[in-house]
Amino acid sequence: MLLTATIKFGSLLNALPGSVAQGLIWGILAIGVYMTFRLLDFADLTVDGSFATGAAVAVMLIRAGVSPWIAIVVAFAVGGLCGMVTGLLHTTLGIPGILASILTQISLYSINLTIMGKANQPVVAQEGKYLLASLGYVNNKDAFVKTLFFVGLIVGLIVLISVTYWFFGTEIGQAIRATGCNENMSRAQGINVNFMKVVTLMISNAFFGLSGALYAQYQGAADVQMGRGAIVIGLAAVIIGEVLFGSFCAKQKMAFWYTLVSVVIGSILYFIVYATVIWLRLPSELMKMFSAIIVAIFLAIPYLKAKYTKAPPVKAAAAPVPEKAQEEAKKE
Amino acid sequence: MSEYMLELRDIHKVFNRGTINEKTALCGLNLNLNAGDFVTIIGGNGAGKSTMLNAIAGVWPVDGGQIVIGGNDVTKLPEHKRAVFLGRVFQDPMTGTAATMSIEENLALASRRGKHKTLRWGVTKQEKELYRQKLSELDLGLEDRLSSKVGLLSGGQRQAITLLMAAFQNPDLLLLDEHTAALDPKTAAKVLEISDKIVEKNKLTALMVTHNMKDAITHGNRLIMMHEGHVIYDVSGEEKKALHVSDLLKRFEEASGGHFANDRMMLAN
Ligand SMILES: Nc1ncnc2c1ncn2[C@@H]1O[C@H](COP(=O)(O)OP(=O)(O)OP(=O)(O)O)[C@@H](O)[C@H]1O
Ligand SMILES: [Mg+2]
Repeated sequence: MLLTATIKFGSLLNALPGSVAQGLIWGILAIGVYMTFRLLDFADLTVDGSFATGAAVAVMLIRAGVSPWIAIVVAFAVGGLCGMVTGLLHTTLGIPGILASILTQISLYSINLTIMGKANQPVVAQEGKYLLASLGYVNNKDAFVKTLFFVGLIVGLIVLISVTYWFFGTEIGQAIRATGCNENMSRAQGINVNFMKVVTLMISNAFFGLSGALYAQYQGAADVQMGRGAIVIGLAAVIIGEVLFGSFCAKQKMAFWYTLVSVVIGSILYFIVYATVIWLRLPSELMKMFSAIIVAIFLAIPYLKAKYTKAPPVKAAAAPVPEKAQEEAKKE
Repeated sequence: MSEYMLELRDIHKVFNRGTINEKTALCGLNLNLNAGDFVTIIGGNGAGKSTMLNAIAGVWPVDGGQIVIGGNDVTKLPEHKRAVFLGRVFQDPMTGTAATMSIEENLALASRRGKHKTLRWGVTKQEKELYRQKLSELDLGLEDRLSSKVGLLSGGQRQAITLLMAAFQNPDLLLLDEHTAALDPKTAAKVLEISDKIVEKNKLTALMVTHNMKDAITHGNRLIMMHEGHVIYDVSGEEKKALHVSDLLKRFEEASGGHFANDRMMLAN
């Protein structure tokens, strides 16, 4: 009895390194989600498409003999283009943000199929080359390969996080955060809010593309369905990170840097929970629903808190023109 | 080149044209401001005061007419490009600042208004010193709270910071739209005093909308009254100083045919 339990637990432990690797790769995506959702205050559903686009592009390039390094750079750039499409649909054509991103996402489904020629394309290392990520590395008997893979991923993430931290501290980054916080004020301060939105969507989707490119190599294939629900996983990672480490991060000098790290840890925890669900033999099909419920609960908390605690006293008296009317007038 | 700091030539603006909600907000509006004019604006609800300020700021394009600021025709410029000429403070203290950003970051945004945004760091050490000094002039104890989030501040503090931001680069024109209306009387007086100081010190040209006729008389060097989308009364200098609230009420009554019973303009006395 005890023995079988131990063996079983052992199988969970065996799954853990894989979960960590998945969490790290999806952590890149989660950072992108943090940028759009938290900093720009834009619900970007492009990710479900651009994640798979990054995967499709990288896999087809690697299959054609291109270096996986170049493949992920191209996937990064193509992801950025996907974000630009959403951004332009929203800013120049006036389509509401969520809808603009859904339109891009849907067309990317067709584009991804066209890129791959079919719904699923396997990828293996070509002669004389190696993939940048692989489940095979995680389970590798050679401790060196295993260590190199994890160290490489972690170093890569630290670089990405640091660059992101720096970028959002620059003049452009500051303008992006202002846009996400208060568009009226931003315009009054001469910020081209449309430009800032497009730039942010490009960067975040480039991250999605990169994440997809690595994840396809990790699982050995690109699949048109692989981005399904990616936004929920990204949001779950962001929320887990914020809930567990939010107050810790806020106290740090480089709070935003720590926040980004916590988002990646949130992503890792998500995949550990996922592995545990499978290990408990709970139906894994329910995982997406669980994630959605968790995200819904945590998104609702701040709203409910505000609703049931007293509203802050500073609020404008008779506002002559409701903001809605002003927004509408702007769209004339 | 015009010698005026602001010229509004025959401005027209209709909202929701062609619908049941069609509303002519500005109708043949003309106004010229000399450099250094500090103009108070009064008028009943819906007279078009905010609409005039929004038209100048470029919140939406006007339907007709021309807007010239400091000799630059800005009629066709989008809002963010006009910002370089303008400083704005709004009625709602939440509107003028970014709540999730620190005081220093808000000021940094203002100090870069209209400048090309680069990948240089958003707030430098030297600037912080300057901000500290400017904040201490407000005399609200904000100089020690540079890295506090603006969202933590009171409405009055936020309006004071917005004023500082608006005046930061000595704009051609300062637009104040009932910027004390949402504050309690004591705070309102303080913010008004700061406004006066800032305008005077930087020799700014300013437009200030208010519902308080006494304030309209005591502040600034010129007063205009708006009604139905244009200026119906324009007075400056000694004549303005000699005004009484009752004079203004009479003017207003004449213009509106006596129907001002429910107007805030009355209540504000
Ligand atoms: N964005 C808008 N969309 C539709 N109608 C508007 C808009 N802005 C103003 N209006 C209308 O234009 C008219 C003038 O409004 P405005 O806000 O300029 O008045 P005001 O003089 O500032 O009045 P108050 O003293 O109430 O602030 C009003 O009838 C108002 O309802
Ligand atoms: Mg108004």
